[in-house]
Amino acid sequence: MPATSNPAAPADTSARRSQPRTGAFKRLHLPQKLRNLELFLLIIACAINGAAVVLVQLGALGRIDTSLVLFGAGLSVLVFALHIVLRIVATQADPFILPIVTLLNGIGIAMIYRIDVANHQSGIDSASVRQTIWSALAIACAIAVLLVIRNHRVLFRYTYIAGFAAVVLLLLPLVPGLGREVSGARVWIGIGSFATFQPGEIAKIALAIFFAGYLVRNRDSLSMVGKRFLGMHFPRLRDLGPILVVWALSMSVIIFQHDLGTALLYFGLFLVMLYLATARLSWVILGLALFIGGAVIASQTLSYVNGRFTNWLDAMNPDVYAAPGGSYQLVQGLFGLAKGGLIGTGLGQGRPDITPVPQSDYIIASLGEELGLAGLFAILALYLLFVARGFRIGFAGQDDFGKLLGVGLAFVVALQCFIVIGGVTRIIPLTGLTTPFLAAGGSSLVANWIIAALLLRLSDTVRNQPRLVV
Amino acid sequence: MNRELKRVSLVVLLMFIALLTSTTVVQAFQADNLAADARNTRTLYDSFQVERGAILVDGKPVAESVPVDDDYKFLRTYSNGPLYAPVTGFIPINGSPTGLEHSLNAELTGTSNSQFFDKLSSIITGQKPRGAAVGTTIDPVAQQAAWDALGDLTGAVVVTEPKTGRILAMVSKPGYDPNTLAVHDNKQVTETYQALLDDPKDPLFNRAIGGDLNPPGSVFKLVVTAAALESGKYTPESTFPNPAALTLPGSTAVVTNSSRGTCGGGATVTLATALRLSCNIPFAELGLQLGDEAIRQMAEKFGFNSTHAIPMSVAESVYPRNLDKAQTALSAFGQYDVRATPMQMAIVSATIANGGVAMAPNLVDEILAPNLSPLESFQAKEMATVISPETAATMTQMMVNGVNDGAASNARIDGVDVAGKTGTAQNGKDLPYTLWFTGFAPAEDPQFAITVLIEDGGGLGQAGYGNLLAAPVAQKVLEAVLEK
Repeated sequence: MPATSNPAAPADTSARRSQPRTGAFKRLHLPQKLRNLELFLLIIACAINGAAVVLVQLGALGRIDTSLVLFGAGLSVLVFALHIVLRIVATQADPFILPIVTLLNGIGIAMIYRIDVANHQSGIDSASVRQTIWSALAIACAIAVLLVIRNHRVLFRYTYIAGFAAVVLLLLPLVPGLGREVSGARVWIGIGSFATFQPGEIAKIALAIFFAGYLVRNRDSLSMVGKRFLGMHFPRLRDLGPILVVWALSMSVIIFQHDLGTALLYFGLFLVMLYLATARLSWVILGLALFIGGAVIASQTLSYVNGRFTNWLDAMNPDVYAAPGGSYQLVQGLFGLAKGGLIGTGLGQGRPDITPVPQSDYIIASLGEELGLAGLFAILALYLLFVARGFRIGFAGQDDFGKLLGVGLAFVVALQCFIVIGGVTRIIPLTGLTTPFLAAGGSSLVANWIIAALLLRLSDTVRNQPRLVV
Repeated sequence: MNRELKRVSLVVLLMFIALLTSTTVVQAFQADNLAADARNTRTLYDSFQVERGAILVDGKPVAESVPVDDDYKFLRTYSNGPLYAPVTGFIPINGSPTGLEHSLNAELTGTSNSQFFDKLSSIITGQKPRGAAVGTTIDPVAQQAAWDALGDLTGAVVVTEPKTGRILAMVSKPGYDPNTLAVHDNKQVTETYQALLDDPKDPLFNRAIGGDLNPPGSVFKLVVTAAALESGKYTPESTFPNPAALTLPGSTAVVTNSSRGTCGGGATVTLATALRLSCNIPFAELGLQLGDEAIRQMAEKFGFNSTHAIPMSVAESVYPRNLDKAQTALSAFGQYDVRATPMQMAIVSATIANGGVAMAPNLVDEILAPNLSPLESFQAKEMATVISPETAATMTQMMVNGVNDGAASNARIDGVDVAGKTGTAQNGKDLPYTLWFTGFAPAEDPQFAITVLIEDGGGLGQAGYGNLLAAPVAQKVLEAVLEK
């Protein structure tokens, strides 16, 4: 866990002290210890990714298809390009984030490819090729973010624009002719039959920026001015108003779109950022109570919510299992996980394709089947490490906006993992969300790579700041 | 802010601990229960993953697993499916296998105890596990001859080797094509299966060893004759009163001979003549004299009232208990509640042919490992010494007379002495008869025992009789196997 107190690299600060001049020119000539570590880890990550694809081919095809290996190698080149960009524009960025994200993305592609093999899909229409292309696009976006945003405080200026953008993005799927409904949730946009995109994924970044900016601006009036009621402090409506409006709009839009997972994600993000900014635990408790109350009411009144709860609580019941929209997928996912056991069947040797949507919502069950409990633990450890690196920014950061944004973005990834994997393993009702970096889905990949880029940028800023003590 | 940050970190840590716990619970603790769930198709597919062994007839596979590119990896393919369906059975993707596929499932999938070390070594060497092949006793010539001779009739033919009990032919009609039930399409299998179930002719029945059992009628007279001769009180020359009708004691029921007259001429009739002409009244009289207990003991020595594993389980043929005198009289010519499978009647004939020793009927010669080395070979096994060699010899002569100069004349073959007995059993007032023939050839040195069952009166209602329809089938099959 990110509990360390002195995150700045000591070698780096001492170097700066001995050479008081700063600037890009100077930095270029320092030994880039962090970047070298990153390079070393990246090579390992890319080797694992390549090995995963080869294992899938050996396991499922019984031979090696070199064309796809070359395709994957192209992706590695892009990742190394990002690494070089970091060497130039963010030398002090966290060295673990990029290798972790590369590894998760690569394992995801290997598993999506494995499902393609099972479904006899290849070429441009296959999910793995699409995922690879989307990955390339996502990495390009990450590079662009790093190049354009040289200092994260620029984003602070665009607080309200970000809030507005989030709402617009969320509303897009409801525009006639643009929105697309996929398996009951109207959260997609597309033009013609081409390139569907889930704007809600990008909206979560915009929302995090808005929440961070707004809370930093108004935290004092939020926590100081107001009334006490029932032993709890309530802020003035004019302080809380704008954020409530944005939040309520987002939530209602999502509920209108039948996308429970995203609703839960945004709600969690909102509560955590509010708590971090204001330190009011009572609000979090109140918010959670409201959410649980609302969820219970919704589960009784809204049929699609009720169905999710029934599937969750009574999954093994034959009637629930056989019902349309019943627990078939959930139970098949559990069967797949059980089949994997402790060490898994080995890549390409299980039957993850039995479970519906094994390459997106259920990629965790697919990975659990073929890599076993050991593999899932490794993946969870990667996520935990990624989130910890984000939290580290929060602990080490100097400006509140950066701290809040870094933690918010990291928390979104953590919560998203919990909602998806918890749904698959029956901790909570199953809701449709993508597993960050792993699952097939272009919008999710782009959004998560942008999150990674923002965290890289934030971590670089944090380490470059003079450690000022007033 | 850092105090709050620590708390949020703790929450995140708890979320991940929850995930680690839940995946452990599912993948480690619940895994066995989930694998055992009937809806777990992964478990089902796994059972198909093994290259199932072939079922061989004369060294050639009649059922084998062919690699295919789908979830099941192998498609079970039955060459000449309908012909061998009573032997092989079938293995569906969504239900239980039947026939040898069922009885020898462990051997075919390589999970029997005798294959334990092969399995162990395949784990170590990394070879894909394979099941054992099963070599059957079926003679393709006999099987094909029986199939052809039965034509479109509903019924069954069983040919065995009297000295060993090896089953050379086992045909049941109407049949089905096991290939249609082995396809990898759940819906299609269910539809085909349901259509076969709904078919009034019950093509899924293996009438040789089961189905709706039939009364044996006059072929059961062999058992009663054996009981009489073995009692020492009777010889073939023992005589019985010879009326044209017999009112059963304690009943108003009247028994007649199939000729509606007396059994041959004269006031009395010998046991030999009664069997040769297949008369009912002398056997009813004999049955009353012997009593049901003596007949039951002989029937049970032949194998009635118990099942046989060939290794498929043969339905129990029945000689009922607690009979009154009228019922005993009716049972003595195979009516009332007496029921028999063709396999049971094949045991009766084969026992007489084998000098009174009943050999256990058996369909499997050997189990072969994937490298064709025999894992198990089956030896001929004695079930019981049922009758003395003298009684057997006497009965053989009586049965030869029945074919040469009696009620089973249509089984005659030029140059070969055929021993045989026909049966025409009543199923109820207006229902079609069940027709039988059981016998063996050559009488001096029996090589083949045969039993023919024809249901539904062979399409002739109550006009068909054993010698008209069943005996010619036996004759054709015996000719085919003797010529070979």
